[in-house]
Amino acid sequence: MQGTKLEIPLWLAKGLHDSKRRIISVELPKIYKEAWRTVFSADATVVDLHKLGPYYYGFGSQLLNFDNPENPEIAQTLLQTFISRFRHIMDSSQNAYNEDTSVLVARLDELERALFQAGQKGLNDFQCWEKGQASQITASSLVQNYGKRKFPEMDG
Amino acid sequence: MAGERAAGLVRELHRAAGGHLPPFRVEELRQALEEMRALYEQNQADVSEAKAGRTDLIFLIRFRHCCLLRNQRCILAYLYDRLLRIRALRWEYGSVLPNTIQFHMSAEEVRCLRDYGEFEIDDGTTVLLKKNSQFCSTSQVLPVKLLAHIANCLHGSGLQFSSA
Repeated sequence: MQGTKLEIPLWLAKGLHDSKRRIISVELPKIYKEAWRTVFSADATVVDLHKLGPYYYGFGSQLLNFDNPENPEIAQTLLQTFISRFRHIMDSSQNAYNEDTSVLVARLDELERALFQAGQKGLNDFQCWEKGQASQITASSLVQNYGKRKFPEMDG
Repeated sequence: MAGERAAGLVRELHRAAGGHLPPFRVEELRQALEEMRALYEQNQADVSEAKAGRTDLIFLIRFRHCCLLRNQRCILAYLYDRLLRIRALRWEYGSVLPNTIQFHMSAEEVRCLRDYGEFEIDDGTTVLLKKNSQFCSTSQVLPVKLLAHIANCLHGSGLQFSSA
């Protein structure tokens, strides 16, 4: 069985991995390898992380579990990519009020989309407060919208 | 792949947006638990063999254990997320949920929800928690009782484990 190459889910790879006994070794998916890492370091803001991911940061962090010699570089790339993209996400989420944001979120990975959504919620809550609507009693939005299908998020 | 049914439960729930509660998937849950039971029994048998000298089985035992953990994690996530959704619905709708929502709940979930509105404090008095009511306690014991109550609800959802 030695030398066999298989595709297995992450949870299985994590469960089988053992630092002391080399049961399995993990080959990095291409976006975490050196070639793509160079692309990211050139300009991370233009990369379509939804298409490449969509869990670029989460999965990349999990990859660090496998004692790969390139781990320091991978970790560094994950961090720098996030840092260079974050400012734009924060700015756009705070400035897009009552507009269609699908273009803004199209190339964000899931972590970034969650951040964007948090920013939007903050913006909307603030606007609501500024208009004096915060103290008004309104019907529960959960009740009103229950069962209605929201515009589906683009599944990769 | 192992754990597909359990993962499927989670996937369906994840797709249901807006706090929507899909129907409780009794049959799929039963199949996932059945898969866990089978994996566990196979491992029990192989562990005895491995102890008797068949060390080549150790990898297989480890593999089955990973599958068991995966199933456990998915099932727990499924039940827990449903509990959170039911709790949110309780707060928004009040103590009587619409029939359409109740039809999607298991018997255990319905019972849990009924119990959720009441908490026992130290001296045995019950407090009925309705929306906007205020409850103040200087006692340190309440949080512990609350945790025990939640654990009881989870246990009452019919989930049983063997200590693998």
